[in-house]
Amino acid sequence: MRQSIVHWFKFASPQSFYPLAGRMIPWFWAAAAIFGISGLWISFFVAPTDAQQGEGYRIIFVHVPASWMSMFIYLVMAFWAGLGLALNTRVSGMMAQALAPTGALMAALSLWTGALWGKPMWGAWWVWDARLTSELILFFLYLGFMALQAAIDDPRRADKAGAILALVGVVNIPIIYFSVKWWNTLHQGSTINLTKAPSMAQTMLWGMMLMALAFWMYSIAVALMRVRAIILERERHTEWVKHAVE
Amino acid sequence: MQWNSVGEFFAMGGYGLYVWGSFGACALLMVAEPLLARRRLSEVRKILARERLADELDLQQKNP
Repeated sequence: MRQSIVHWFKFASPQSFYPLAGRMIPWFWAAAAIFGISGLWISFFVAPTDAQQGEGYRIIFVHVPASWMSMFIYLVMAFWAGLGLALNTRVSGMMAQALAPTGALMAALSLWTGALWGKPMWGAWWVWDARLTSELILFFLYLGFMALQAAIDDPRRADKAGAILALVGVVNIPIIYFSVKWWNTLHQGSTINLTKAPSMAQTMLWGMMLMALAFWMYSIAVALMRVRAIILERERHTEWVKHAVE
Repeated sequence: MQWNSVGEFFAMGGYGLYVWGSFGACALLMVAEPLLARRRLSEVRKILARERLADELDLQQKNP
């Protein structure tokens, strides 16, 4: 028991996390490619035409994964930021910083694909309803987190300030998630639910799940790439970095 | 498969602009982001290599 704890703490140091991340990245890229190719295949060639929305519904295969990841990455980012605040571990703050741009990208894609889906189906690119507005706030939370961190020179202080912002912003996640239940909205309810059977064709569901996995693996791979750069940037004056880069 | 021709596939039943606008934006950003991340890493590595070289030259000057 004790040994396994020591084992895990070992990877909490930038020095041992840097090569570990480097070894993991290709595997996550491979997984992202496999899930992505099979997901796209189902999205376009297996999933049937929707009875109501015709071929336009196929936007779901990127819209839902991007939206899920935008919320999930925020939770992971806030978790790392909070851990860094509580335990003062160096890698935690770097992880939070590495995740923010990817989360912002997912939120942007969620809004963009949502607009392109809303226009033909609702007749509007944008409406100020609860789901869309709270997702827009999520996008701004990511941008705010990044701007705040960039504005503070001392990385440890930047981590602390960012962590507080990230933790306060967590309250927005359940608001996004439940917004379609709590308020009247144009946005359709969730197609996948923990309590009842999914309300869509099996093949559509499979396509969506595979695409979600692809987005997930992509996010991990790109965040690990970024965290490696951040580790070197922040630790550049230490001995191990001088030896790590030949 | 529900497509009879390549043209039909790209038309997406009249929703081509919206469907391809969505998938295209995803593809564009999800190609650009890893490239930017890779450039950031190689940039900091270049700086580190330069600093290392500077250190070595320093040492050589001190004890020729």
